[in-house]
Amino acid sequence: MTLLHWAILAPFLLAIFVPFLYKYLKAIHTGWFVLLLPVTLFIYFLQFLPNTYNGNPIIETVNWIPSLDINFTVYVDGLSLLFALLITGIGALVVLYSIYYLSKKREALGNFYVYLLMFMGAMLGVVLSDNLMVLYVFWEFTSLSSFLLIAYWYERDKSRYGALKSMLITVLGGFAMLAGFILLYLMTNTFSVREIVEIAPTIINHPFFLPAMLLVLLGAFTKSAQFPFYIWLPDAMEAPTPVSAYLHSATMVKAGIYIVARLTAVFALAPEWIWLVAGFGIFTLFWGSFNAVKQTDLKSILAFSTVSQLGLIMSLLGIGAVSFHYTHLEENIYTVATLAAIFHLINHATFKGALFMMVGIVDHETGTRDIRKLGGLMGLMPITFTIALIGSLSMAGIPPFNGFLSKEMFFTGMLRAVELDLFNFDTWGILFPILAWLASIFTFIYSLKLVFHTFTGKYQPEKLDKKPHEAPIGMLISPIILVSLVIIIGFFPNILSYSLIEPAMAAILPLGLDERFYVNIYHWHGFTPELYMTIGVVAIGLAMYYYLTKWQSIYKLHPEKLTLNKFYDGGLITLENTSDKFTHSYMTGFIRDYLVYTFAFFVIALLSAMYMLDALVIDFSGLAPIGIYEGILSLAMVIAAFVVLFAKSRLTAIIALGVVGYTLALFFVIFRAPDLALTQLVIETVSVALFLLCFYHLPKLKQELNRVRFRAVNLVISVGVGIVVTLIALSANSTRLFESIAEYFVEASYEEAGGKNMVNVILVDFRGFDTMLEILVLGIAALGIFAMIKLRTKKEEGHEN
Amino acid sequence: MEVLMSLVVGILFTIGTYLILTKSFLRIIIGTALLSHGAHLLLLTMAGLKRGAAPLLGQNAQYYTDPLPQALILTAIVISFGVTSFFLVLAYRAYKELGTDDMDKLRGSDNYE
Repeated sequence: MTLLHWAILAPFLLAIFVPFLYKYLKAIHTGWFVLLLPVTLFIYFLQFLPNTYNGNPIIETVNWIPSLDINFTVYVDGLSLLFALLITGIGALVVLYSIYYLSKKREALGNFYVYLLMFMGAMLGVVLSDNLMVLYVFWEFTSLSSFLLIAYWYERDKSRYGALKSMLITVLGGFAMLAGFILLYLMTNTFSVREIVEIAPTIINHPFFLPAMLLVLLGAFTKSAQFPFYIWLPDAMEAPTPVSAYLHSATMVKAGIYIVARLTAVFALAPEWIWLVAGFGIFTLFWGSFNAVKQTDLKSILAFSTVSQLGLIMSLLGIGAVSFHYTHLEENIYTVATLAAIFHLINHATFKGALFMMVGIVDHETGTRDIRKLGGLMGLMPITFTIALIGSLSMAGIPPFNGFLSKEMFFTGMLRAVELDLFNFDTWGILFPILAWLASIFTFIYSLKLVFHTFTGKYQPEKLDKKPHEAPIGMLISPIILVSLVIIIGFFPNILSYSLIEPAMAAILPLGLDERFYVNIYHWHGFTPELYMTIGVVAIGLAMYYYLTKWQSIYKLHPEKLTLNKFYDGGLITLENTSDKFTHSYMTGFIRDYLVYTFAFFVIALLSAMYMLDALVIDFSGLAPIGIYEGILSLAMVIAAFVVLFAKSRLTAIIALGVVGYTLALFFVIFRAPDLALTQLVIETVSVALFLLCFYHLPKLKQELNRVRFRAVNLVISVGVGIVVTLIALSANSTRLFESIAEYFVEASYEEAGGKNMVNVILVDFRGFDTMLEILVLGIAALGIFAMIKLRTKKEEGHEN
Repeated sequence: MEVLMSLVVGILFTIGTYLILTKSFLRIIIGTALLSHGAHLLLLTMAGLKRGAAPLLGQNAQYYTDPLPQALILTAIVISFGVTSFFLVLAYRAYKELGTDDMDKLRGSDNYE
């Protein structure tokens, strides 16, 4: 175990101690203790920057299950480090924010920080693991801790609904991804991502290649809320705001992005990968931004905005994957898309985190997040307003903030898609810049709406529960730091270029050993198509924002019945109802039905086995002759059995049953089994006495009232059982594969055991163990009967039934 | 002989199964008793019939009947007796407590809470 492994496990270890800190140090907000860890980890991960800058990734392995090739391998390259810094950095800010957001008195802080630390550790594990199985374990841990965090206020219905929904969708994707990883293992014989990347070009024609890709993508798309799996994200907004800021904007939803980026080197040679990633991404971008405009809840706007921005990053990764089809870096114009993806990933984490925290402050200070009730808060909350303004303008892509830079590069990447002459991009590629441009207009509109509907307009104090005022300074620190980053990156975009962005690009697109990507981000490119597109976005966006009330009715065109949420809810209900109906259709509660299934299966399985294996052999040679006594006894037994069946009074039935038993004893006499005959006689007598004793207290056997149809089924099945037994008996009798071991007992009974009655010697000597347990059976039966008769609990009121 | 016995066993199984599929608890128990008779007879038949003297060494015969199936049947008789008597008392108790021996009425309710 190296320090790196401990760094990943540290949050889990601290989570163990959090309940004690919470319980015994009540005076101090538990968050302060937790805060130390992400800060430490952030500083710890910073020291790896020189390694990744020089292209020296760090690999540390600890054996876990070596026999299955599952080992805890930590791999730090540019991409992992970027994510690790995001997770710990934003994690620290979120913990700081939550200290002021969550009340020490009212909230169960112990739970909150345990879940949050679990999540942080799991997320670090996802981005730093090289072994796919270990990655999957941490992946499911993120789903689980996210589930717990969404349902943090578990007494609310909506929280539980949102938690369940996100759990079902992300775990569905997680399972698919596990299947995809296993297929990858079958193709490459290794779970190590690095080794899979090395042999990736050889497996592209493998029949498992496409299924593995689709399954992995399903996992990534569900986690990263891509269309049509984004529906869990808006419902996850029931979580406390620090959770939304951390999980559902900056980190967890980017786990899918991470998987796509990480495995680009494996799958990018296939055109399907490029089409799927870029296509789903661009449509999610458009759909998310289109739907964000109609939301009236601040967090819902941000949720749809997150969906759309994740789609943006995803589509850029898809276009960036085209780079793999070029061998020379100079003519490769598609690396810019990957660059834009990483740059936007960072930018999005900064401004979206700040915006979520801003919404949390508004919610905290006014008691509502509904923009129809909010307005005119600018004068009351000037600092919060500034944060919201900067964050929103960056999200909308307005200079001089960082969102502008990544949006310009995004347009560049999408315009390059049109120039691509591979895989039918020359015909359909034109959709990419068009959808991107439309989505940017809607992004612009909802960004403006977010700020101006909240902070300008009419102040409506009568609709608010609380009297709003500026938030405490502690709550403002984190969003201020984040918007400062928005501005700093906006003005000095190249400070991260070679420290973070270039190593991360090199991790996604491992092109050449000595080549470095050229990363230089400018504000001013000259009069390029991108610039005109941005001007168009601003102009049309402003106009549409101004006339928002006029055209908002188009959202009503989309029928409520056809929404994905309705589909999800309806699907769940249908699933439950169908399985309920199916279960009730055969679990009738009547024992007769279950016996019919059992016997029918017995008959069908054995008959078909006999038929298919050609097992029915009847050989009449070597049979014993039929004597007159046996003939009479057989007839008597069959008649007695039929009398049992047709008896109308119980006495007749019992006596006929006794006749069958005594006839059996006579058969034992004829077939040379004296001990059996004795036992059978005694036991039949006792049984008949018992039957009579019990039946004395019971009602008369009634006429069978079953309908004929039921009788017919019973008859068919019981005749079937009889036929099967007879046929098996005949064919078993006809095929004797080896001699009986009877000779041994004949020889050894007297010589070794000293007895002449062979049956008794077998019972008490050769196979005495059976006898002992049979005595035990009788003892248990006797005790059970005694207990049933003697031990009775009194009937209680409202006893079952 | 073995063919005849197989047929008898088949008839015992048929009637036993038919009784088990009826509604009355009592008939079900009678059915199980018939089934166990059938099974014991089947065990004996499968060992081969009338092939020597009773398995008692004092008889000084040249051939003896196979003693092993007889030991097995003896064990089975005792066990089925134990189970049948337990079943009978169970039926008796069920009738006393619940007032019916109709299996259709002895059905669990759907509202398992």
